[in-house]
Amino acid sequence: MDLSTIALIAAKEFRDLWRSRWFAVMAAAFAALALALSVLGTALVGLAGVAGFGRTTASLLNLVMLIVPLMGLVMGAMSLAGEREQGTLLTLLAQPVTPTEVLVGKLVGLAAALGAAVVGGFAISGLVIAKAGGWAELGDYLAFAGLTVGLGIAHVALGLWISATSRRSASALGMAVFLWMVVVIFGDLGVMGTAVVLKLTPAQLLWVGFGNPAQVFRLAVLRVVHGDLDILGAAGLYAASRLGGWLLPILVGALAAWVAVPATIAWVQFRRRGAL
Amino acid sequence: MSATSLSPTTSPSSLEMQAVVKRFGRVTAVDRVDLSVRSGETVVLWGPNGAGKTTLLRCVLGVVPFDGTITVCGYDVRRNGKAARRLMGYVPQEIRLPGHQTVLETVTFVARLRRVSPTTALAGLGRWGLEGMAEQRVQTLSGGMKQRLALALALISDPPVLLLDEPTSNLDLAARRELMEQLEQLRTQGKTLLVCSHHAAEVWRIADRVVVLEHGRVVAQDAPERLGAYLGGEALVALTFSSSQKEEAAALLRRQGFTVMTNGSARQIWVRIAGDRKLEPLRALHEANIRILDLELHSAAPGQAGHTGR
Repeated sequence: MDLSTIALIAAKEFRDLWRSRWFAVMAAAFAALALALSVLGTALVGLAGVAGFGRTTASLLNLVMLIVPLMGLVMGAMSLAGEREQGTLLTLLAQPVTPTEVLVGKLVGLAAALGAAVVGGFAISGLVIAKAGGWAELGDYLAFAGLTVGLGIAHVALGLWISATSRRSASALGMAVFLWMVVVIFGDLGVMGTAVVLKLTPAQLLWVGFGNPAQVFRLAVLRVVHGDLDILGAAGLYAASRLGGWLLPILVGALAAWVAVPATIAWVQFRRRGAL
Repeated sequence: MSATSLSPTTSPSSLEMQAVVKRFGRVTAVDRVDLSVRSGETVVLWGPNGAGKTTLLRCVLGVVPFDGTITVCGYDVRRNGKAARRLMGYVPQEIRLPGHQTVLETVTFVARLRRVSPTTALAGLGRWGLEGMAEQRVQTLSGGMKQRLALALALISDPPVLLLDEPTSNLDLAARRELMEQLEQLRTQGKTLLVCSHHAAEVWRIADRVVVLEHGRVVAQDAPERLGAYLGGEALVALTFSSSQKEEAAALLRRQGFTVMTNGSARQIWVRIAGDRKLEPLRALHEANIRILDLELHSAAPGQAGHTGR
């Protein structure tokens, strides 16, 4: 694997993405909503008497869990399938590159583009919060931003998996949106329903949560921001007491696994399928 | 005439294909192809649409999975595809590039992938009549200009082997003539050319050898003048019908002794006919009230008609 080839492909992917209208709109929407939440949060300082990063994090968490997985999934899904449909993938693979370099280059480029959009949104929001409430809890806020980038990359990898198996960008897009609904919309309801029907123990409920990258992300952010997981009920209490100081590293590792496993499957599928 | 005549023995092979098979589901697009191409040789893969020419070229590039073995200058394209592709340039039927990219960005990207200085690559654009177009978006180029860009990109690192997939199919007459002159030059420079085409007259004149493919198999190969004599002025006629009448037409012509090829198209069939029987299938179809929507006549022999008559 040649790093300079990967860097070239990644740079091209980054450039192409920022030129695309839909990505610019999504990035701008994320930044605007993050800004709106932080402005709203700081405007309520007088009423609630508290301000700072911690207060806004709770509002941002819900926004992030809706938008970032959607952006990542769509970016990944359109990447290979879109190029395959247009025929540009054949032109690229006819060059002295390996499928591994193409896939890794695309993953890095997409991750960098999504990371830039996330960091931009967090930076704008952070400046507003800091101006109103100072720099307290900045470390937690930065960790939150970092975990958000991780969440995005995990969904880019899932999108690439979809893309590696799809010939048409429309079908890849459809699958991406469906997966987003499963992960984000139905994820909570599904876990709650399963817990009730199957009478899951707190331990089982926790491991079910590891099967959803968005839930892993939420656990990690709450651990960073609140310190405890009481807000999540029995499963949260179990996780904190059972895993203690290991909880956060395990959650970060799980998020990394949500990048590595789909990316590896995408690699296998891409090598098997080739340019067509 | 045999499928293995004129096997190269005088100089090392640039391309070696052994028992190459490519299947798409149940359809076998390339069926146990064995082929050697000598260094500096120009080989034309010839046959009707759907004969497997493009698929075979993609196998040589190593961009689709296949069974069998293909080596390029000794490099196995499956095990060492990157090294093999470094020695090959590829000109597709219609080059597909991100439309928003400029010529400058495209050339710079490919040059860097091929370890060529972008400055040198850009300076070479003049050779292909693309000077002054560096800032132009690829999607705004004409068909002829796109084909020139494809050729410029394929030759950016001066590879010894060039693969061309129906290079003249989207070009007007003047652009076709110009391209053929450029290919002739490359041939005299000692490049190994593997060209696939279903237009006989154009590409046969630059060929050292013509390989005839049908249903993914090599059915004949020889020097163009000998192959032309062998085919004896035969012609291929592509006939287009409504999808409801295609099968009926194919069955009728088979019953009358014509060789009919179907290539997966819903509406088109190919008929091989002797030079003095060109009108017979048309007459038979007319008498059977089967409506022909379109026809293309392709001469099998070099230097003859080879035109498209619509």
